[in-house]
Amino acid sequence: MSEITPDLVRHLGVLARIRLSDDEVERLTGQLDAIVDNIAKVSQVATPDVPATSHPIALRNVFRADVPGDMLTPEQVLQNAPDAADGRFRVTAILGEEQ
Amino acid sequence: MATAKLMDFDKALEMFEPVLGFEVHVELNTETKMFSAAGNPAHAANHDAAPNTLVAPVDMGLPGALPVVNQTAVRSSISLGLALGCSIAPSSRFARKNYFYPDLGKNYQISQYDEPIAFEGAVEVELEDGTIVEVPIERAHMEEDAGKLTHMGGSTGRIQGAEYSLVDYNRAGVPLVEIVTKPIFGAEHRAPEIAKAYVRTIRDIVLSLGISEARLERGNLRCDANVSLRPRVAAGEPPAPLGTRTETKNVNSMRSVERAVRHEIQRQAAILAAGGTITQETRHWHEDTGTTSPGRPKSDADDYRYFPEPDLLPVEPSIELIEELRAALPEAPAARRRRLKTEWGFTDLEFQDVANGGILAEVEATIAAGASPAAARKWWTGEIARVANAQDREASDLVSPADVAALQGLVDAGTLTDKLARQVLEGVIAGEGTPQEVVDARGLAVVSDDGALIAAIDEALASQPDVLEKIRDGKVQAAGAIIGAVMKAMKGQADAARVRELILERANQS
Amino acid sequence: MTDLTRLTAAELAASLVSGEISSVEATRAHLDRIAAVDADIHAFLHVSDHALEVAAGIDARRAAGDDLHELAGVPLAIKDVLVTTDMPSTSGSRILEGFMSPYDATVVARSRAAGLVPLGKTNMDEFAMGSSTEHSAYGPTHNPWDLDRIPGGSGGGSAAAVAAFEAPLALGSDTGGSIRQPAHVTGTVGLKPTYGAVSRYGAIALASSLDQVGPVTRTVLDAALLHDVIGGHDPHDSTSLAEDWPSFADAAREGARGDVLKGLRVGVIRELPDSGFQSGVSESFRAALARMEAQGAEIVEISAPHFEYGVAAYYLILPAEASSNLAKFDSVRFGLRVDVPGGTVEDVMAATRDAGFGDEVKRRIILGTYALSAGYYDAYYGSAQKVRTLIQQDFDQAFAQVDVIATPTAPTTAFRLGEKIDDPLQMYLNDVATIPANLAGVPGISLPSGLSVDDGLPVGIQFLAPARQDARLYRVGAALEALLVDEWGGPLLDRAPVLGAATGGRA
Ligand SMILES: [Mg+2]
Ligand SMILES: [Zn+2]
Repeated sequence: MSEITPDLVRHLGVLARIRLSDDEVERLTGQLDAIVDNIAKVSQVATPDVPATSHPIALRNVFRADVPGDMLTPEQVLQNAPDAADGRFRVTAILGEEQ
Repeated sequence: MATAKLMDFDKALEMFEPVLGFEVHVELNTETKMFSAAGNPAHAANHDAAPNTLVAPVDMGLPGALPVVNQTAVRSSISLGLALGCSIAPSSRFARKNYFYPDLGKNYQISQYDEPIAFEGAVEVELEDGTIVEVPIERAHMEEDAGKLTHMGGSTGRIQGAEYSLVDYNRAGVPLVEIVTKPIFGAEHRAPEIAKAYVRTIRDIVLSLGISEARLERGNLRCDANVSLRPRVAAGEPPAPLGTRTETKNVNSMRSVERAVRHEIQRQAAILAAGGTITQETRHWHEDTGTTSPGRPKSDADDYRYFPEPDLLPVEPSIELIEELRAALPEAPAARRRRLKTEWGFTDLEFQDVANGGILAEVEATIAAGASPAAARKWWTGEIARVANAQDREASDLVSPADVAALQGLVDAGTLTDKLARQVLEGVIAGEGTPQEVVDARGLAVVSDDGALIAAIDEALASQPDVLEKIRDGKVQAAGAIIGAVMKAMKGQADAARVRELILERANQS
Repeated sequence: MTDLTRLTAAELAASLVSGEISSVEATRAHLDRIAAVDADIHAFLHVSDHALEVAAGIDARRAAGDDLHELAGVPLAIKDVLVTTDMPSTSGSRILEGFMSPYDATVVARSRAAGLVPLGKTNMDEFAMGSSTEHSAYGPTHNPWDLDRIPGGSGGGSAAAVAAFEAPLALGSDTGGSIRQPAHVTGTVGLKPTYGAVSRYGAIALASSLDQVGPVTRTVLDAALLHDVIGGHDPHDSTSLAEDWPSFADAAREGARGDVLKGLRVGVIRELPDSGFQSGVSESFRAALARMEAQGAEIVEISAPHFEYGVAAYYLILPAEASSNLAKFDSVRFGLRVDVPGGTVEDVMAATRDAGFGDEVKRRIILGTYALSAGYYDAYYGSAQKVRTLIQQDFDQAFAQVDVIATPTAPTTAFRLGEKIDDPLQMYLNDVATIPANLAGVPGISLPSGLSVDDGLPVGIQFLAPARQDARLYRVGAALEALLVDEWGGPLLDRAPVLGAATGGRA
């Protein structure tokens, strides 16, 4: 019943920014198909009258006072940088545009 | 890039009805960021921060870091929602908007999606001639800004052709309120003007609330303008469906918003009239050429996979808090204009001059600093506006209301003539200091020492005996020649009225 | 003379307070033990090179008469999911190899403040995705009871470390059973606190609405002592509960002494069938219940009709949240970067994530991306959130009738390494009994109930309590533990095979 196809898996790989090889696409298609068949049963009991729960313990209005703190030094910010220049992170050319 | 074909604006309006929509992002001026305690670069204290010096773990998406909501940002957002005439949601929540981009530390933006904090409002927008247009507001929601990319190695500094980019996360996490309008119908030929007036009104509102620095050139206020056209139909027929819209991003001055909307209407009309179709896409505004160019097409890559942010809890403001903030709201801009016009005693034209110049707050502050309404208006709509135009800057960036009031004070005290005052203003704009400091440094004060003036007058009278005769014969207007000579001798630093008085005195004495 | 590694944390703490031993001695004993057995166990990804220095500092403070926490000087193993400033934090992934956090997780900071001595970072399934620790990028951990078997997961490293006497205490994290299921297969104790009872700040997120940090130990009292150190409100975690928690150590001591079992109503779930459970597991479970009943506990059958949807809901919510949480590993700010000659940053990100993530992580990211994507959200993620509501309602109804719920912690004893690695669905079913607690946010503890008669391997019993009633679990757990240890004539781990050469510091 599930609709997992290699094309869908490839598209999901693009969304998730993972370069999947053809082998991986093939393997994942089969595995996801089986998994999705299995987990799709949630819809059997998820009727419209049941509210959704996003947090296990219901809290609200958790705020922080507007007081500065927690700042990292520029050295700490860049301490794990794969590449940096001029106090900033360096990345190779960007193709797409910002959202 | 090929120049787009444009249709004449009036002709475009004959054939099509423009439908507008705006998304304005307002950077709040809180001390700290939306979800971290790092200093906020949109706060006055942090303007000059070096790259990556205003970064807490969550701003750069460090493993294990968690967001915590800034209470002041929530209060500011509620105030803004109320000022936009919106309802405040009894419960709103944050969601994750998932997409990969190097300026986005977590590769998701925490925003609000299905439950924004404010919804369903309207703002009154006043056009140049005093007409009031109501712009319907769909929602205002809280979110965080992204970091800043600098594209290096290309000739243009733009993304195209750059070899690499540098990322600074100072701006990542700056509190934003995004205000989204409903589609605006009926704008017709005033569409560009409405666009400009809408942005100006939002700026007035956030300034009066004191929740943002609201400097467009700094990106504190950023407008995305949506434009679509639909063909006109004969009377009595059902309206045509909405046309495909384009979204022109980040237009960073009020004048540019106006120009961009006008340009988009003309560009789309030309395409549609030629039988073409509009692509749904973002477009970029180019200030230099006054044109837009295509950006990212909308596609199925725009699957943001929104879901409720599990790290944050719902925001449920109490009725008491909402009413407290409502009671503290400043006057609505339109009401404020009506009041100020009466208080200042301006004519319709005089007032529109001020209002349309976007300098209402400046004039008000100048009057509060001691200048008369007439003097304040004269400076801001006159000399300051002229310089702003010539330098293509915002008038409010050139000089402070306090300096303008001080300048007028020097004129009123007789220290400066109008002409000298304009020179002093020039010095103030050039950054030479306060008006008094410029006067001192440039030695521009009026020569108020009668002795020096009398010496100059006597000399002029002596060298022009015929004029002296005429004055003594009662032809007072002949004094003009002597005034001119004296002013020249004084290098303009004399009060002409006083010189005239002294000339008459001396002529009749000797 | 005592082998210091065989002492519980409570015993070590008492000897440290009395001055019988020093923290340096205790720490060195454990480092020696790690050196002797960890080549076989592989519980640690990193062993601290300054633990002895830290221990010496505690000894000096004690000598100077400083007011120290009762656990000061006791060694601690830290699951690699928790970020630490002085040791790398990888979450078991290649993509974070060598990553040094500029800040400590709150639980780590609190442990340091209490004077606990970090020994090292323990192995785990990559990003805590797994039930066997076979999905670690750095190789599997082996079960001290049988080196060919899994130590459970994702926190197999922490459980194996305490089971192999390499550390008396360890920190774990539990998203669907990652503390409790390893406890079950290694004969140790683990507790998943009420969601929000312990800060998540600095725990590398798997699924934010399910993750909870907790103690991994050999005794219930030790778990309670560690929980007292790490728990409590943290303003850096918005989901942290602002409660005044009772002393869990007091609760455990009270449970071990008193007769808390008398009149205790223990729920057993009708819908958790015997059929899916290994017979030795079911038998051990029933025997433990019988022991409790003999002490006056009342066994009550309860119904939890929606628990059977728990695994399905969990395998939608977890991948969805994980797909978003793991997006930050993109080669820009930290971690692995795979160069793509002539490639754009998009290419570099995609190649890095392909090379840096293991199969299970990719599988779940793709699954989660699917569950959240336009057009599928309502059917999958939305429905799973509704199942969550139904499971909470099941718990509410059950806890109206009983004080605690008891289940076997997992369906089988430790399976063989490699046995289920290629069958994700089978692997996922390991969590059937532990997942409901994470979905509902309630606390759960696993402690040894005995050895399975069919294979001689450890079996754990799980108790669940209403949200915020963590103390009840320590009370009940300590009571049953006292009964069983008495019956066994010593801790269950005394029956584990001897590892490597006999080692351990002497005092
Ligand atoms: Mg937008
Ligand atoms: Zn936005």
